[in-house]
Amino acid sequence: MITTRAVTKRYGAVEAVRAVDLDVREGDRYGLLGPNGSGKTTLVRMLLGLVYATSGEIEVMGRRMPAHAREVLQHVGALIEEPAAYPHLSARANLALFDAAGPHGLAGRRSRSRRIDEALEQVGLAGVGRRPVKAYSLGMRQRLGLAAALIRRPQLLVLDEPGNGLDPRGIADLRQLLIGLNDDGVTVFLSSHLLAEVEQLCTRVGVLDSGRLVLQQDLAALRAPTGRVLLDSPDADRVCAMLDGQVERRDGQRLLIRSTDPARLNARLVGAGLRVRSIGPHRRTLEEVVLSVTGAGSDQVDGRR
Amino acid sequence: MIRVELVKLVRRPRTWVSLVLTCALPFVVAVFIAVTHLAPPPGQGSAFLSAVLASGALYPAAALALVLPVFLPVATAVVAGDSIAGEAAAGTLRYLLVRPVGRTRLLVAKLISVTSYVLLVVIAVTVTAYATGVLLLGPSRAGAVAHAVAGTPAPGVGAPTAGVAPGAGAITSLSGTPLSLLQLAERTVGAIAFITVSMLGVAAIALFLSTVTSSALGATLGALAALVASEILVTLNAATAVQPYLPTRYWLAWIDFFRDPIFWRNIDRGFGIQAVYVVVFLGAAWANFTTKDVTA
Repeated sequence: MITTRAVTKRYGAVEAVRAVDLDVREGDRYGLLGPNGSGKTTLVRMLLGLVYATSGEIEVMGRRMPAHAREVLQHVGALIEEPAAYPHLSARANLALFDAAGPHGLAGRRSRSRRIDEALEQVGLAGVGRRPVKAYSLGMRQRLGLAAALIRRPQLLVLDEPGNGLDPRGIADLRQLLIGLNDDGVTVFLSSHLLAEVEQLCTRVGVLDSGRLVLQQDLAALRAPTGRVLLDSPDADRVCAMLDGQVERRDGQRLLIRSTDPARLNARLVGAGLRVRSIGPHRRTLEEVVLSVTGAGSDQVDGRR
Repeated sequence: MIRVELVKLVRRPRTWVSLVLTCALPFVVAVFIAVTHLAPPPGQGSAFLSAVLASGALYPAAALALVLPVFLPVATAVVAGDSIAGEAAAGTLRYLLVRPVGRTRLLVAKLISVTSYVLLVVIAVTVTAYATGVLLLGPSRAGAVAHAVAGTPAPGVGAPTAGVAPGAGAITSLSGTPLSLLQLAERTVGAIAFITVSMLGVAAIALFLSTVTSSALGATLGALAALVASEILVTLNAATAVQPYLPTRYWLAWIDFFRDPIFWRNIDRGFGIQAVYVVVFLGAAWANFTTKDVTA
């Protein structure tokens, strides 16, 4: 769906994006992670033909960008940083204007009203579509931006920080909406610095650090069991004595034990009369994965992490 | 895209506020003249204004002369300067471009929208001024225009025919010959076209600056600065060498539509110099905008 080869963007002496090979497959929910200033937005803008790459190649939906922007972008819905709208117009009027702009603006006329209703419904703005946008809250504007991205029924969604300005309810709604669209065959590519958001939503992640793509992997593979078992037991001392040498780390009553089979370990402990509060395979959190591959965030001048 | 830009123009409150304000100036002037019966003496003040007491039907021409030097170029520079920079600052530019709207297409649509705006304002001023003139200053009397621009040198400026023109109540041209209302209307249309085109040079400069900065105010003020510089140089004897190339040099040539026969030389030059400014600055705007990274 999106393939880049050695894409680089240089602003003067600064390399904002360095030799990135992005690989987003059809049907993915891809999360591009990275600290602020790591080049996410510049990369997203290059994919959409807003910023021109200094070198490297970009293919979106099988066609070169930005050369084929006209054919490609009509099948892409985009939200780039903050949403934007004409404040003196209503949400409906804004959507109608954006829909009328660009190719097939006239051809889409007959279905426009229906598609506007549908998009407003999808993002939960159905009741307030006639109010002028200047009266909207930040979260409502974000929803309107999403509606604008959805109005052409795109095959690919490119969303830059889509959770910005949304409250917890809004973020949960957004997640449900994106998963639903993805089930219907829409490929979702989003950038975020919110690890939890990506962890709950995405099937594949890429991590940018200082302009480099330092990791690109399916989330399931990243979160595969690490071959250790996490155990919580009030009898931690006795467990340690029994499994001498297998215990890798101890934190009070919580133990990290080298073992690939939590069920068998549990049976063994219970059989020996040891109490178990909880037990399960150990997985790395996305946070641990990301922190292990990134250096200090490029906008953190004090080096604190 | 052109339709979209026109819808945006029409639905924007600014369009109508500026339109009303521009029409209000000639209206206020007409009220003062009608109340005091004091028009500027011939050859002084704004063109045609000295003649409007003689004929209210001339007031559209006088009104155009009133709004041309400041109101119209300022309004044009505001709208054109805002066209790209305003969208960039509001963030809507990137969403238009990923629709996708081609960058060249967007520039063309913006230029057409600005041109439509100028035409709309000029026509509105003409129409309201005609209504104001006839209502407040009374219908036409003979010999009206002859005194109007006595200070303007032109071949064939004859002596005013002072009320002996065939058909009492007729309007005479600046050259003293009578003009029928139809002829007056035709020449007013010519003047409207010329004045609209005269604004396109400013519009092109503002549009170019609008692609350079994302500050609409900066683009507008930049274009106005260019105009003020041009107006100063036009009056400076030492700058005679460059005067034929200044954007405001032939701005007043529309007055020549009211001579008989129409004095085409400066009108043609006026159209020509505006065409040059439009081509050069639109070309620059296109070259800049189509190769630039949109980071706003």
